[in-house]
Amino acid sequence: MTVPLIEGRDLSLSFGGEAVLDNVSLAISAGEIITLIGPNGAGKSTLVKALLGLQTVDRGVVTRKPGLRVGYVPQKLAIDKVLPMTVKRFLNLTHHASLPARIEALHHVGASHVLNSQISELSGGETQRVMLARALLRQPDLLVLDEPTQGVDVVGQADLYRLIDTIRRAQGCAVLMISHDLHLVMAKTDKVVCFNRHVCCSGLPETVRQHPEYRSLFGYQAADAIGIYHHEHDHKHDLSGHVVGGCGHDHGSGHNHDPFAPSASGAGIEAKQHSDMRVKDVSRG
Amino acid sequence: MDSFLIRAVAGGVLLALVCGPFGTFIVWRRMAFFGDTLAHAALLGVAVGLLFGIDVRLGMIITCLMAALLLALGQRQSKLGSDTVLGMLAHSTLALGMVALAFVQGVAVDIMAYLFGDILAINTTDLWLLGLGGGAAVAALVWMWRPLLALTVSPEIAAVEGVRVEWLRVIFMLLMALVIGIAIKIVGVLLITALLIVPAASARFFSRTPEQMAIGAALFGVAAVLAGITLSWHVDSPAGPSIVISAAGLFLISSAIAPVFRRLARISG
Repeated sequence: MTVPLIEGRDLSLSFGGEAVLDNVSLAISAGEIITLIGPNGAGKSTLVKALLGLQTVDRGVVTRKPGLRVGYVPQKLAIDKVLPMTVKRFLNLTHHASLPARIEALHHVGASHVLNSQISELSGGETQRVMLARALLRQPDLLVLDEPTQGVDVVGQADLYRLIDTIRRAQGCAVLMISHDLHLVMAKTDKVVCFNRHVCCSGLPETVRQHPEYRSLFGYQAADAIGIYHHEHDHKHDLSGHVVGGCGHDHGSGHNHDPFAPSASGAGIEAKQHSDMRVKDVSRG
Repeated sequence: MDSFLIRAVAGGVLLALVCGPFGTFIVWRRMAFFGDTLAHAALLGVAVGLLFGIDVRLGMIITCLMAALLLALGQRQSKLGSDTVLGMLAHSTLALGMVALAFVQGVAVDIMAYLFGDILAINTTDLWLLGLGGGAAVAALVWMWRPLLALTVSPEIAAVEGVRVEWLRVIFMLLMALVIGIAIKIVGVLLITALLIVPAASARFFSRTPEQMAIGAALFGVAAVLAGITLSWHVDSPAGPSIVISAAGLFLISSAIAPVFRRLARISG
């Protein structure tokens, strides 16, 4: 087994006595697409920031592969109007790239027309694509996308997922994506992790294509790129995110943990083995 | 042309060239009040210089640097808003400076010269200080330009992609303190912020990239200095305020012709 690009082990963090990360383990391997889903305030962005080293944790260890190159696309980019910035210049923000390379990167994400536009004048979708192009110019080993489909309709979402898949195949990079949607995810994702302060469940999505109703709803093209994720939790969260009932942690009621799964990071593979049961509970294993 | 006038023009132009690129970052990073605070602290430096018998300019630079360090530490706490921290430091150092000056024996200190600057009194040492100190500050800014700009656009992207965000913030604050410490003699405590932000604001109308805005700010600053000294020479007005009035006038003209400029740029582009 190869060394993961990033691995977080038993990460815990609380803000003002309130646990935001509760013993979370997550690993991303080369070339893998992981989608992180969870309700608002679940700590998805915090987890990603902890993995990237932007946020220190109270307990736990994050190991990043030495020399790891990360392309980061934050949730939003708030460039003040007082800072003049063309797309052409923005693509050179942290590292220099030649003009032909920048034009090609924009072409790759389908945003060639904005090369000379001001960043502050772009639409939400265009900004996302430009940020993606900028991240790609670094030829990252890992692409991190924080809610890339926010404010994008289903067809746009399908387009973006297809683009991410193309990029993954062309560049061979891993993708860690935060999604705001609890049920509709990228069909090509290798592992969906449902997260609410701890890993609630993880597994594989089903393609929407198999469901005729969704296919007619989204159209055949979009249905191809979007997947459905079925949750199978053994516990519930109350409004403030605390675990109530269920697996809090009692092993009496027919629910058991796979003894061979050391942590949540193994769950993807595990779920593949149990293909009849696509979602495998790994909560606080 | 009198030699003091040549020195005044040379000093003013040098200062404007330094203030241009620094001013753009102040505008982008919303640090105008930060600059103002450092300038207020400089007055304490005058007292420190006189009390300890060191050069007043050195005293001002040292106090500015100390104030910047104090603010860098103060911004790590989150209980008080940064404007509160800045306001407290600005006015308490100003008050402390005034009280300390009252205790300096036997020296008549011209407070007005420090509040509004005395560009016509620039001597050769001041010019060297401006050339070397200001030049070094600009060289450092150019050296850290790309990471500092990345930090300004998105601290998170910058940090993920290898920029040492915390260091860069502190180094920039110290460089600003150096520039302000040097500049007080020329435009004074109360006017230095104007020389930093007004030319940058004027340059915004005509720029499409950060680099264009920085160069534009330097040019607008030079124009304001030349216009201000000319005004001062002809109507015998105080030089520092005349420079600031010229900068403000240039801003008004810029904002008036900006729509026309944009239309022309669109046609040609």
